[in-house]
Amino acid sequence: MALVNLWRKVTLRERDRAHPSGEPIVEVSRVSMRYDRVVALEDVSFTVETGERIAIVGPNGAGKSTLLKIIAGVLTPTTGSVRIYGRGPGGHLCIAYIPQRNQVDWNFPLTVADVVMMGRIGKMGLLRHPGPRDWAIVRRALEQVGIADLADRPIRALSGGQQQRMFIARALAQEAELLLMDEPFTGLDRPAQEGILEILEHLRRQGVTILLATHDLEQAASHFDRVLLLNRRLIAFGPPDAVLTPGALRAAYGGHLRLIPVEGELVAVGDTCCEGG
Amino acid sequence: MGEALRILLDPLQYAFMVRGLIAAVVTGGLCALVGTYVVLRGMAFFGDALAHSILPGLALGYLLGGGSRDALFGWGLGTAILAALGIGALSRGGRLKEDTAIGVLFAGAMALGVVLISTSRSYAVDLTHLLFGDVLGVGERDLIRLGIFAALIVILIVLFYKEFLVISFDPILAVTLRLPTRLFENLLLILIAVTVVVALQTVGVALMVAMLVTPAATAYLLTRRLPAMMALSVALAALSAVVGLYASYYAGVASGAAIVLTATVVFLTVRLLQIVWGSSRA
Repeated sequence: MALVNLWRKVTLRERDRAHPSGEPIVEVSRVSMRYDRVVALEDVSFTVETGERIAIVGPNGAGKSTLLKIIAGVLTPTTGSVRIYGRGPGGHLCIAYIPQRNQVDWNFPLTVADVVMMGRIGKMGLLRHPGPRDWAIVRRALEQVGIADLADRPIRALSGGQQQRMFIARALAQEAELLLMDEPFTGLDRPAQEGILEILEHLRRQGVTILLATHDLEQAASHFDRVLLLNRRLIAFGPPDAVLTPGALRAAYGGHLRLIPVEGELVAVGDTCCEGG
Repeated sequence: MGEALRILLDPLQYAFMVRGLIAAVVTGGLCALVGTYVVLRGMAFFGDALAHSILPGLALGYLLGGGSRDALFGWGLGTAILAALGIGALSRGGRLKEDTAIGVLFAGAMALGVVLISTSRSYAVDLTHLLFGDVLGVGERDLIRLGIFAALIVILIVLFYKEFLVISFDPILAVTLRLPTRLFENLLLILIAVTVVVALQTVGVALMVAMLVTPAATAYLLTRRLPAMMALSVALAALSAVVGLYASYYAGVASGAAIVLTATVVFLTVRLLQIVWGSSRA
């Protein structure tokens, strides 16, 4: 009996690939999250349409990671609900969550291709080993993010930018439609960040929806369709210039952010940055 | 040449040495295979605690079963699975740090085991066997049982290779791939528990953690992919078992301890060479 249940759990996928049209890809309604007595998120509601790129910004401890994990179905909110194409996240295989780099054991004895192949496991099912088709998909995913030459490299030999590319390739191998990225730019130099942004641009053209937590307000403003300003509560959500206003930023960051007027524009300086959140 | 051959063949004229050798190689290899997960997941302390907390179960099996090996094995197995799932549950929540909670329980269980065994008249000998193993006392029945369980464990690890890999490397990915994560985690704990019980007769409770961890740690230093790490770990363990057992035969020292010591020397040599050559991991 337990085995039958297990089998059912692992083979529920056909139903889940057929996504009803018309439903938004992400619908978060009145989500709150409490750990013991600490409030991580309070009464957060918003909707994301297919193909959008959303930047989630806010100070450390604003609940950005928690929100992404709730959407991925990894955490269950204390109250409220998340719908992916109209259904709970638990049944969906189309969601990829890319962890913060410091959450990963980079000394694990794996090659880049091994990690990307993990994205196929959900589609393979129990008791099956990767076939030629899986390896072809992995190779194509690596080519798409421009690291096909690193396929056999141990993961501990990767640079920060290559690590992010590997995880994006894994999401591609997973055939993800919703990509959740937790601070992918933290600790990357400018060229590496630009490289990732370029890949995200390609993904958008393929219709992949992206929710990305970041500390970089300027990038949020220049590369994303909408910005979600978060500090446990949802402060503002909309097009960048409507959201990144002095009032809203002050409400989100309090004293941690200074707004300096330069040549008629407001420039945000500071934010204590970078780990956690 | 003839002399070397004599050294190798001489112990094999005794049936107990042949059985001991087979048992040591199989248990060593099995522990080393399962041990790769113990090392990669940072569960060495769990393995140690698990091995020790079996002692009261073994003691009960010993007292109630009148010295029968089957009773000993059955009680050990039951206790080990209970202890593994118990420790697993303990580590998932609660206010005490995981290692504190495990420390309290495993010392307590160990004490209970010693108290129980001390009610027997042949207390000292029995306790020594449980603590440090009795590989030269392995019988044919023991070997058959060992073979069956070792085969089962290897089959499960091969079948669920990719699932165990994902829950170990990236548990969050396992959840988003909608794998039954908790189930595989418990299965892995049970596999470790069964391995520990199966290996008890070779090295005993006290040295068990070394069988799980040491060859796998050496292989970890030398390999860059998990299948290679597993293969090398098993090979090193088998080698240590053979060398250790021969050493114990000729030097007249405790066999389980000699096997563990050999594996330790191999690890230290590899680590030392790496430091000397200035390379960390291949």
